[in-house]
Amino acid sequence: MSENNIKMNGNGTHKSAGTPKIGFYVCHCGHNIASQVDVEDVQKFAAGLPGVTISRDYKYMCSDPGQELIQKDIKELGLNRIVVASCSPLLHEHTFRKAAEKAGLNPYFFHMVNIRENVSWVHDNRESATKKAKDLTRAAIQRVFFHKPLEKKSVPINPDVLIVGGGIAGITAALTIANAGKHVYLVEREPTIGGHMAMFDKTFPTLDCAACILTPKMSSVKAHPNITLWTYSEVEKVEGFVGNYKVQVKRKPRYVIEELCVGCMECIDACIYKEAKYPDEFNQKLSKRKPIYIPFPQATPQVVLFDPETCIDFKSHRCKKTCIESCDRKAIDLKQVPEYKDINVGTVILSTGFKTYNAELSPQYGYGKYPNVYTSLEIERLVNASGPTSGEIVTRDGIKPKSVGIIHCVGSRDQKAHKWCSKVCCMYSLKLAHLIKEHTDAEVYNFYIDMRTPGKGYEEFYDKLMTEGVHFVRGRVAEVSDWALVPEEENKLTIRVEDTMVGMVRRIPVDMVVLAVGLEPREDAGDMRRLFNISCSNEGWFLERHPKLAPVNTFTDGIFIAGACQGPKDIPDSVAQAGAAAAEVLSLISAGSIELEPNTAFITEDNCSGCKSCIPICPYTAISYNEGTKKAYINEALCKGCGTCVAACPSGSITQNLFDDEEIFSEIDGLLKFAGIELEETEAEHA
Amino acid sequence: MPEKPKIGFYWCASCGGCEESVVDLAEDIVMVADAVDIVFWPVAMDFKRADVEAMEDGSILATMVNGAIRTSEQEEMAELIRRKSKIVIAYGSCAHMGGIPSLANEFSRTQIMEFMYQESPSVVNPDKTRPMTSVKHNSFNVTLPEIRNLVRTLDQVIEVDYYLPGCPPTPKLLKDAVLTLLSGKLPPKGTVLSPDEALCDQCARKDTKPSDLSFKHFYRPHAVLLDSTKCLLSQGVVCMGPATRAGCEALCISANMPCSGCFGPTSRVRDQGAKMLSSLCSNIDPKDEDGIDAVLEDIPDPVGTFYRYGLASSLLRKKITEDM
Repeated sequence: MSENNIKMNGNGTHKSAGTPKIGFYVCHCGHNIASQVDVEDVQKFAAGLPGVTISRDYKYMCSDPGQELIQKDIKELGLNRIVVASCSPLLHEHTFRKAAEKAGLNPYFFHMVNIRENVSWVHDNRESATKKAKDLTRAAIQRVFFHKPLEKKSVPINPDVLIVGGGIAGITAALTIANAGKHVYLVEREPTIGGHMAMFDKTFPTLDCAACILTPKMSSVKAHPNITLWTYSEVEKVEGFVGNYKVQVKRKPRYVIEELCVGCMECIDACIYKEAKYPDEFNQKLSKRKPIYIPFPQATPQVVLFDPETCIDFKSHRCKKTCIESCDRKAIDLKQVPEYKDINVGTVILSTGFKTYNAELSPQYGYGKYPNVYTSLEIERLVNASGPTSGEIVTRDGIKPKSVGIIHCVGSRDQKAHKWCSKVCCMYSLKLAHLIKEHTDAEVYNFYIDMRTPGKGYEEFYDKLMTEGVHFVRGRVAEVSDWALVPEEENKLTIRVEDTMVGMVRRIPVDMVVLAVGLEPREDAGDMRRLFNISCSNEGWFLERHPKLAPVNTFTDGIFIAGACQGPKDIPDSVAQAGAAAAEVLSLISAGSIELEPNTAFITEDNCSGCKSCIPICPYTAISYNEGTKKAYINEALCKGCGTCVAACPSGSITQNLFDDEEIFSEIDGLLKFAGIELEETEAEHA
Repeated sequence: MPEKPKIGFYWCASCGGCEESVVDLAEDIVMVADAVDIVFWPVAMDFKRADVEAMEDGSILATMVNGAIRTSEQEEMAELIRRKSKIVIAYGSCAHMGGIPSLANEFSRTQIMEFMYQESPSVVNPDKTRPMTSVKHNSFNVTLPEIRNLVRTLDQVIEVDYYLPGCPPTPKLLKDAVLTLLSGKLPPKGTVLSPDEALCDQCARKDTKPSDLSFKHFYRPHAVLLDSTKCLLSQGVVCMGPATRAGCEALCISANMPCSGCFGPTSRVRDQGAKMLSSLCSNIDPKDEDGIDAVLEDIPDPVGTFYRYGLASSLLRKKITEDM
């Protein structure tokens, strides 16, 4: 590739390329690298490579003295290329680029070799680890020969924010951002916001009423002038990049005009079905609802909706439509179709929450088999004053239980289900134990493996429960069955468990069993991941950029995560994360613009044949075709440097900064050389 | 009268088509013959190796060598020609990139010998006779060149100054090349003497190419009735045009056949086949692995399709076989 094919972005203040004078620095990273890689050997090896002016090893390259070492060498030795072999570029590429820049070198003459995550941490043979470190070093040194000076560009941040998921995390983030004067689109899949928290009766450890603290926030969301609330809606398409996302939201038809409905529920009374007949999802199917319904009294927005699966008119078109007659606001529209909204936002918070473990997958506990085995979420509804029994705890057989067994860790800490601890189950089990005791005065047993109650006021809550006469049995329950061995077990569910405190197997007959089901990722977390181009951990939770230092960031700039979609979390943690995500969003908006990496692609116009192969595949729609010149063009502001078009351009007319062919081929060549392979043929092969 | 510049033609592993293309100059050949002395052209006139050896080193202005390098004799001739010529031009796809002969790099020499002299259905060879590099016959020592294990491009054997691409190069390109040589205004060494964009640029059907191809199927040209006005890729036929250097003026496409890539890649592409594959695969409609596989199954011979003329010069170069 000739020089003039390469777009020089340099502003002239930086030292130009010239003959490469490379400075190579290998970092010990304390013992992190030095224990597995002979850094001195790598240093000596690099010193002998062509173009290397100086080669050094140092305890911590990222420290101030480490950076100063580089800067001093740039100034004194006239270095024009810097290679640092240390940790992942994700951590310190920025640090070293800044250091090089401060010494007057264009930061893109720097290249980083990862010999920690890619070498010392993953190998146990010092000799081969050292060899690998040398291979990577040679590759990088060969590569920097071809580096060119580049300039960063900056793009404005659209101040509007999309929040996906209207549980407590989404609500908190939305209110925080809206209160800061920024516009928020809050998209919720269900007909109401509130999420799981809206289903709870009380919250641990303070036992304040969930609805009392949540519903004011829900109303604020609805009323807030800076929040556009779209419930019963889903994100369909996402394009763009940090600061400039284009999102399409599908508003599913409620068959009720949201702006007209005031939630008077006359239509529900007027429904041709006099009795509610269909399982009520919000009440965990413990009660019934009509085809036209509102999920719960404080649902936000207060708008009814139709279930087309059960409404007679949708099935046979022969309903008298008494509902329509009853609505004096003419809010019912049975011909409603999905509506697609296109919005532009700069940042996104995903707060899509979790789902509970399907207890039927642990058949030993009899869920789905014995009617009086419940999940914890069902009990939350049972104890709730607005629940199916108005807060009265009765079994499916209609009796008030005299004894209740709560089984912990259902689906959690289980090799056959999920290995993780769901974090909230011990505490909510204690809360449910308290509430059941309070409502029924039954004997309540907690069957636990370990009690895990770290958190402010949590251990104290556990202590309090111990004084309330709740029984604690330490042991994983083997089985729940209705097979009575003794008369006391007749017509009861017997919990068989090894009580590891007393070292014996016990059989405890109860009237009701509560399964403390664990938390797991939503079924469509994978689809969301792809939609928003983020990552998931092995378990399926959304992956944070750094587990400690960037817990609400993702690997995609401008996309943040909050709440239990990132991992099991209780309400305080979810709220805290939502606040953190809101702060990240506001910090981006406040900055007004963001600097983009200059690793963008460009088309050399004379070379382009106008074959259009690149046009449809750009994920950021940055490429357009000029009908006049019959050539393709890349909008650099939209290009994110993914390289897809570069690979797809069949005539090699697209080049990507920092990843052009000579950089990549010389890097590969550097790697293969060490293995004794040359990219060009050797004599021996043809003989 | 000053001496006319000397020109030579030579052929190595080739089909003869390149030689034909010289004759295809038609009346222009008179112009060429007037302007130069053809001192060496075995296919047309009687020249022996000794005649060339007798020439002074560097005495030929330019020799156009067609064909890939497969045998020891071709190697020796290439080296000899290099010594005698100021300029060596790799003429045609085989000299340029290995050409169709280099598809033999998918097999080892042993496999090829086994098939050609034993397993091929038309061969009767109970004595298992194989070509030998030297054999005694009637007290004469008869020798044959050795067949190498690898088919190579001309520039993998000797230094090459220019390349005339094509299978074969068009008469227009040859004429332009001769005129350039005679003008003395030589382009930089290593130049491929043909425009450096992709064929789509010269294709009459360019405007009919949709921006989203979204391949659901690929068809071989014989298996589908092709619209002679529309982009062949849009009809699901693998046309190598987007990955192939222009210069032929879309000859095959004007005969309603897809470009098969004989002009090789542009100067910016290291591996033509990989580039075309990468481009097509980026535009496949299904996005799941099984769906993608199903579409790609429509291409029964990927190497023969994407590397038809350039296996020797590609990054693949050859298949590694046990018996090498």
